Amino acid sequence: MKVRNAGKHDDKVEIMMTPMIDIVFQLLIFFIMTFKIIAPEGDFNIKMPLAAPSEGLPDDNQLPPMKVRLRATDSGRLASIQLGQRTLPDFKSLQMQVRDIVGDDRGPGSVAASTEVELDCDYKLRFESVIDAITAVSGYVAGDGQNIVKLIEKIKFSAPRPEA
Amino acid sequence: MRLRERKSLDAAEGDMTPMIDMTFQLIAFFMVLINFTDADQNARIRLPSSELAKPADSPLETPITLQLTSKGTVLIAAEEVPVEGLKPLLLRERQILDAIPGKSAGKATIVIRADREAKTGLVQKVIKACQESGFERFALRAKQQVRDT
Repeated sequence: MKVRNAGKHDDKVEIMMTPMIDIVFQLLIFFIMTFKIIAPEGDFNIKMPLAAPSEGLPDDNQLPPMKVRLRATDSGRLASIQLGQRTLPDFKSLQMQVRDIVGDDRGPGSVAASTEVELDCDYKLRFESVIDAITAVSGYVAGDGQNIVKLIEKIKFSAPRPEA
Repeated sequence: MRLRERKSLDAAEGDMTPMIDMTFQLIAFFMVLINFTDADQNARIRLPSSELAKPADSPLETPITLQLTSKGTVLIAAEEVPVEGLKPLLLRERQILDAIPGKSAGKATIVIRADREAKTGLVQKVIKACQESGFERFALRAKQQVRDT
């Protein structure tokens, strides 16, 4: 009896499902719990050596930087945008102005490649307005909504304004 | 004969194969999508958004991430310091970088993840502290998002 039983059991070797399913569910729960959707992030590159370029020898190919002045209200919201001497209503028109200045010429030696934008911001201004300004001058999304047309890539900050 | 067959069907447990197939599919899905590289991201920082902020094609060379909170403190590595106290830490970073052959502070990129409500003056103070410590390349980080203004 014993022998027959044992022999029969050996013949019917079954894969043990339960531990495998346990582990599989554990893995599944782990990955679900640690999963989070994050918005992709990107960088705006800014090269700012300590020695101010304006103090060095002026480069002949270097146009004077476009000055963008951002003023802030007391609460830090954007009060006004100025490009050179002109006051602009919003970032859209700032972008239009930059597009007019830069034109369609691209590549080395073009206006877009040699112009520099200098951002002059109030101390209290919120950082998001700075990013908006950088977005406006550095490029725009082309009409098809896919490609990015680059405008000015050289961006720097002017000397910080004192805390008012 | 028929009876015996039915008996064997009864003994069988429910068919596990489709369930296991699905479960493995799910595991594979979450495994592929999971991203552990966001260890330097902090939920306290709400980044400003920009439609042009595309993720970089190639990783930055020697990135050092500084996170500026809306309160005006800087998170560097695991430490939280006021903006004024940033410089000793940066000088330490610089010494470490200079000690490693092939790396230098001039080549390193400071990634600034500033909160959207942080004051610009503080961002500039952070940049100034970095400049004085010998760093020159900066990247302002923003979230990729189309804004309708």
